[in-house]
Amino acid sequence: MDFGFKLSPSSAVNLDTVDLARFDKLTSLVPDALTCIGCGSCSATCTAAPWSGMSVRKVLLGLQRGRDEEVDKMLSACMLCGKCTMVCPRGINTRHLILTLCRLNQKGEVVR
Amino acid sequence: MVNRQPVIAIIGAGIAGLEAARQLVALGYKPVLVEKAPAVGGHVAEWNRLFPDMSPAADLLDPLVAQTSGIKTLLNTEISSINRLKDEYNLVLSDGSSLLCQAVLFSTGFHLFDASKKEEYGYGIYDRVITNRDLEQWFNTRHDDRIGHPKAVGFVHCVGSRDVKAGNTQCSKVCCITAIKQAIELTEEFPDAEVYCFYMDLRLFGKKYEDYYIRAQRDYGIHFIRGRVSEVGEAIDGRVVVKAEDTLSGKPVKVTLDLLVLMAGIVCNPDAQYYAREIGVSVDDDGFLKSRDNLGAITESSRPGVFFAGACTGAKTIPETLAEARSAALAIHRYFSNPR
Repeated sequence: MDFGFKLSPSSAVNLDTVDLARFDKLTSLVPDALTCIGCGSCSATCTAAPWSGMSVRKVLLGLQRGRDEEVDKMLSACMLCGKCTMVCPRGINTRHLILTLCRLNQKGEVVR
Repeated sequence: MVNRQPVIAIIGAGIAGLEAARQLVALGYKPVLVEKAPAVGGHVAEWNRLFPDMSPAADLLDPLVAQTSGIKTLLNTEISSINRLKDEYNLVLSDGSSLLCQAVLFSTGFHLFDASKKEEYGYGIYDRVITNRDLEQWFNTRHDDRIGHPKAVGFVHCVGSRDVKAGNTQCSKVCCITAIKQAIELTEEFPDAEVYCFYMDLRLFGKKYEDYYIRAQRDYGIHFIRGRVSEVGEAIDGRVVVKAEDTLSGKPVKVTLDLLVLMAGIVCNPDAQYYAREIGVSVDDDGFLKSRDNLGAITESSRPGVFFAGACTGAKTIPETLAEARSAALAIHRYFSNPR
């Protein structure tokens, strides 16, 4: 039946229901991920960012906000050039972080 | 019994050393200032105006220098080595003489981070990239070919601060407010210029700092972009192209500027680290000298007779430095007043 309108799912982040398993697994494998200060150096220097929206900063934030689909979309655009690793002020090996994350499914299980 | 004739060596005659010397004289002691530069005043002597009131640096420094002019001051004097004796310290000076003292006050201050180490920002490579110190010298002298008449200016916060790769994990504390001060001054100088501040976090903790930030936004139209600059390149016309992420909108941002000012951070004076190690005074893992206690005894080292004042223990503002210098003078007084 067409009511002339439809309902959109809420875009609000509900921290009560966010599952952190994947983020927790990532930080157990790459503890430096916890030291990100969200400065955006990685995204600014990213060769894929202007066309794809790839951003290591947003990947790490997305994982903590239950945005797994967005995270996976961003990860698929990464070309693994490693420029983000060169500019990170906290010395996070972001390239290694991305590769590690690509091996995890959304439940945080190592699948590859 | 109070020993009123001990020799107190004060290493460094910046504002911390001068203020401590002044207080020690008032308490009846005879300190000796040892300064490697040809003049007293330290970093403050190079500065033009000071936050948060835009008061001339000379207004602070000149009376302090005048009031300490009678104190024995060894200029152009470096310390070749320091030896720890039983209850005394022996300073071997660069002129070959030695100074035997019963207490040592480190007022050795800080070094500005060498911005050329952050090669991606292009200091020393591109003509339009300068540092906070260069800009302050231009305010003093008006001579710097790199500055010209800029229409677009950028300030990069945290250059060499909070930077694991540069070996400095600490926040330099005063650069946020210094950048805002200098951005306001440049806007006053060049009202038609667009001024951008690229920051990671703005830390405006001090009295009047937040007011200053509001004025910079409201009255001077300075643009604040939350994103650390990742790289700087040179355009064909010699201007500089700055890349960052505007992390609040989540989009990469690029801007072409006539002038880029790097807010070089504060690191410990390497001489101080060397002297400290020679007499068994601990250096903390941030590279600054380690106080006996970070809350209750910041001006005291873990060695009897060795005291600290000012930026040798970490980045400090001027009022903090002066307060510590006075506190250190009292700590020294207490040290000589109490029988050991």
